[in-house]
Amino acid sequence: MSVRATITSLFEQVAREQQRKLSPLSDDLTLLGSGLDSLSFALIVARLEDKLGYDPFDTAESFPVTFGDFVRLYESHSR
Amino acid sequence: MWLWGSLTASGAPPSGSLHGAAARVDLADLAGASSLGGRLETLRGRTVLIAAQDPLTSALALIELDGVARRMVLCPPDLTPDQAPAVMRDSAADAYVTDAGAVAVSGLEGLRVSSGPALQPLGCARRRSHDTEWVLLTAGTTGAPKLVRHTLASLTSAFTAQEAPPSPLVWGTFYDIRRYGGLQILLRALHHGSLVVSSAAESTADFLARAAAAGVTHISGTPSHWRRALMSGAAARISPRYVRLSGEIADQGILDSLRSAFPNATVAHAFASTEAGVGFEVRDGLAGFPAGLIGAPGAAVEIDVAGGTLRLRSAGNATDYLGAHAPALKDSEGFVDTGDRVELRDGRYVFIGRSGGVINVGGLKVYPEEVEAVINAQPGVRMSLVRARRSPITGAIVTAEVVLVQGAAARRPHDVVKGEILEACRRGLAAHKVPMTIRIVPALEVSPSGKLVRPDA
Repeated sequence: MSVRATITSLFEQVAREQQRKLSPLSDDLTLLGSGLDSLSFALIVARLEDKLGYDPFDTAESFPVTFGDFVRLYESHSR
Repeated sequence: MWLWGSLTASGAPPSGSLHGAAARVDLADLAGASSLGGRLETLRGRTVLIAAQDPLTSALALIELDGVARRMVLCPPDLTPDQAPAVMRDSAADAYVTDAGAVAVSGLEGLRVSSGPALQPLGCARRRSHDTEWVLLTAGTTGAPKLVRHTLASLTSAFTAQEAPPSPLVWGTFYDIRRYGGLQILLRALHHGSLVVSSAAESTADFLARAAAAGVTHISGTPSHWRRALMSGAAARISPRYVRLSGEIADQGILDSLRSAFPNATVAHAFASTEAGVGFEVRDGLAGFPAGLIGAPGAAVEIDVAGGTLRLRSAGNATDYLGAHAPALKDSEGFVDTGDRVELRDGRYVFIGRSGGVINVGGLKVYPEEVEAVINAQPGVRMSLVRARRSPITGAIVTAEVVLVQGAAARRPHDVVKGEILEACRRGLAAHKVPMTIRIVPALEVSPSGKLVRPDA
């Protein structure tokens, strides 16, 4: 599964678990406008670390603002 | 000393304002008007729960009640209807102030006073009759809040109230003003300018837009609040001179991010807790604090490290815990043990977590025992260990390791068992206390004294 597909499915899974209404995911969707809260993002980042084996926030120079930023942060780290 | 007297000590009414999400109140108007619907005098000498939902309403009530009430108890917005009666009993409250949105007060008895930011004539001059006790709530091991008693003097010991800045400050705080970190900022703002009050019901971007419109100069939050602000994309709207972090470990990553987001601001991280008060503020942009702060002679706050944890003794310490069977708040030397573990590295102390495994999720304390109690009550569970996992978003999150009873329970599919445990946690616990992952393990380490071995979180 691609990094993007993994991230997309985790957003959907965590939204279900946290009973939050997830906005349709597109690259220009802002993370805080996605319907998820900080705790949801913490869960997503932890599960991504378990699945992918890295946490790109460790070395990130700036925080991702949109869903596209978030995916790119992980994609650029995997290369 | 009383709050209104302190705010009007110069002879002039205070010049600042409180900017709420839905209303704004100029402090000068409180000289002749009240938020308590004409009931201020009926609350004189009483112990009053301030249990409004709207933080602006709570702020106005505490300004008006200091010097009037015998004791006031600041209820945070997440106080539940289950917890409120115990808080009322342990604080010996006989009255409560509330507003339309408050949910925790549905079952309370005692004098009820409705309150709000639409002021009504006060009808008489403000007058002090009591040295009001201030009681703050903090998370406790069993899930019931602990009641921490302060005075106005202990709450204002970390700043000089009567030393006016050259120009009025506009403070903003991501913290709820009914928690210690937010209350510190409210008290500073009342004395030195204005405050943009945040509300749990409001988005980060909307709060930052209001802060920008009010011309915020000084702004405070936890590292988690700040990460969220940076993620909102709206942080660039404000241009503060001073950015403050406290309430969680400020790691180098968030300090660097804030310095690059606000190149013209002083970025300071402060150590404070509800029980110990404000410890110190670090302005050099580096995580941790210089070892020279320990044992500095003549310091207003005495800082000590004993057994690897930070202890503080100062006029900012709380007085004690309230309630029957309350534990001691200070040790025999009068120090408050903060429970925060530190380690000396290259001349600096860095924070490495909490003793006893207390987990700080985005500024909210989680006692592992409280979560373990819910897990252990599940059929088929022998024991469990709840611990922290580091998170770049909320500082830490909760995880659990579970040992199943041998036999039938252990032979059921683990995914089913884990699902049941998670379901029980979601039913019985606030969202930030629910374990992110549950791992079934064959055994957990138990010490010779029979206690679970808790690695420091």
